[in-house]
Amino acid sequence: MKRDPNDLQRYTASERANHWVVGISFILIALSGLALFHPAFWPLSMLFGGGVWTRIIHPFLGVLMVVSFAAMAVRFWKLNVMTPTDWEWLKRAKEMVNGDDHNMPIMGKYNGGQKMLFWALVVCMALLFVSGILIWRAYFSGFFPVGVVRLGAVVHAAVAAVMIALIFVHVYAAIWVKGTIRAMWYGTVTRPWAKQHHRAWYKEMTGK
Amino acid sequence: MPLQSLDIAARSATTTPPPGIRKTLEVAKLIDVTKCIGCKACQVACMQWNDIRDEVGENHGTYDNPRDLTAKSWTVMRYSEVESQERGLEWLIRKDGCMHCEDPGCLKACPSPGAIIKYANGIVDMQQENCIGCGYCITGCPFNVPRISEKDNKAYKCTLCSDRVAVGLEPACVKVCPTGCISFGSKEDMKDIAEERVVELKERGYGNAGLYDPQGVGGTHVMYVLHHADKPELYNNLPPDPAISPMVSLWKGVTKPLATLGLAAVAIGSLFHYVTKGPNEVSKETEKEVEKELEEEGKQ
Ligand code: SF4
Ligand code: SF4
Repeated sequence: MKRDPNDLQRYTASERANHWVVGISFILIALSGLALFHPAFWPLSMLFGGGVWTRIIHPFLGVLMVVSFAAMAVRFWKLNVMTPTDWEWLKRAKEMVNGDDHNMPIMGKYNGGQKMLFWALVVCMALLFVSGILIWRAYFSGFFPVGVVRLGAVVHAAVAAVMIALIFVHVYAAIWVKGTIRAMWYGTVTRPWAKQHHRAWYKEMTGK
Repeated sequence: MPLQSLDIAARSATTTPPPGIRKTLEVAKLIDVTKCIGCKACQVACMQWNDIRDEVGENHGTYDNPRDLTAKSWTVMRYSEVESQERGLEWLIRKDGCMHCEDPGCLKACPSPGAIIKYANGIVDMQQENCIGCGYCITGCPFNVPRISEKDNKAYKCTLCSDRVAVGLEPACVKVCPTGCISFGSKEDMKDIAEERVVELKERGYGNAGLYDPQGVGGTHVMYVLHHADKPELYNNLPPDPAISPMVSLWKGVTKPLATLGLAAVAIGSLFHYVTKGPNEVSKETEKEVEKELEEEGKQ
């Protein structure tokens, strides 16, 4: 994909860097977390230098992810406030998934699905952070009654699974909608891309 | 396993069955609390045989010393002073430590393959070389037994002297108890001994005497004879009806396969979506529209 002076800037360099920190820490934390979650994934612990290192590193990566995500949330939350059009979009999401986006409501920088994903991630991150503290045996578990730690373990596992699924969808959507991934790499999208998928934002950016 | 006495019945974080064609005798340790004089010989024997020396602690105004189980104190005498109308002051002394559950919550919770094993004879043992120090065993245990060492971050607890038992010896605490309060043998035999003792205690006025072999964890391989089996909580909060917490069962039960299948479904679903619906590309019309717009802009 060539760079074109007519391309539209979707993300600044620091926004992209921030997203990559979240993304990388997410991948590492998901792999190490899965290793501790089900024996089927145990071999993943080898990527981190064995089980002990996996156990040591995982929670620190978690802190990195939560902190970098929080920074991203602060940057983007305003853009993700749901509007009536977004709800309308969500109602028709099925058409979109079926590959027919002709009748979809006109969207701003983010569509209803992206916004829902954003808020779902905010909730997941918060739950994972709190439950993660509860089950971080090396420093914190001792301060809580065992019943709370047990609840923390269930919440942590369940929410983590939900979040991994959400990220699968997030990544897949970016692969599915051609011309999207470059926004993550170098921040720009083509005009036709913007006009097709985020017409209101396109108008905002170009006046057309 | 070359030693039949070390045949394994269950292994943490392992989904396939262990070798299991042989039937090994189930063992148990019976602690007759009613005969215990609280001398702590068993505590000392445990330290000696297992070669562990705990830090010298402080006096907390009770005989409990050390105050709690630690990575270096696998058994601790708990002294409870109990007052009741009928009996006045009673001193109930319980030797605390791992109960060697038939259905061990520690093993269920452990994420590291082979860090906790249950031998076919019923002994639950931690294999520190496989332990990653996560402490999930503490979260899983209904008796609050395992402890993580601050020195090496490995989990430790009573082994029921699996090394001695494997070669036909009784656990060190059993060997040393001066009052004969601790017995060791097949679980069946231990139940028989307990039964006789309970009859004796009932004759002597302990109407509620009984055996503590809680079925909520499938029975245990360390059992108590209690004078007040109706109120185990009198003995320093021995749980009356211990079981693996439903939270732990949820966490280590349905969540694991459900989440794994769910994630696989999302991944495979995405792949097939792509294959069946094709990519979502910018339409030719939009491209043309934009081209036109740009041209117009150029003209202006
Ligand atoms: S008492 Fe606790 S540590 Fe011992 S076998 Fe049962 S669950 Fe495991
Ligand atoms: S601390 Fe060790 S024995 Fe306990 S659950 Fe973790 S890996 Fe298993």
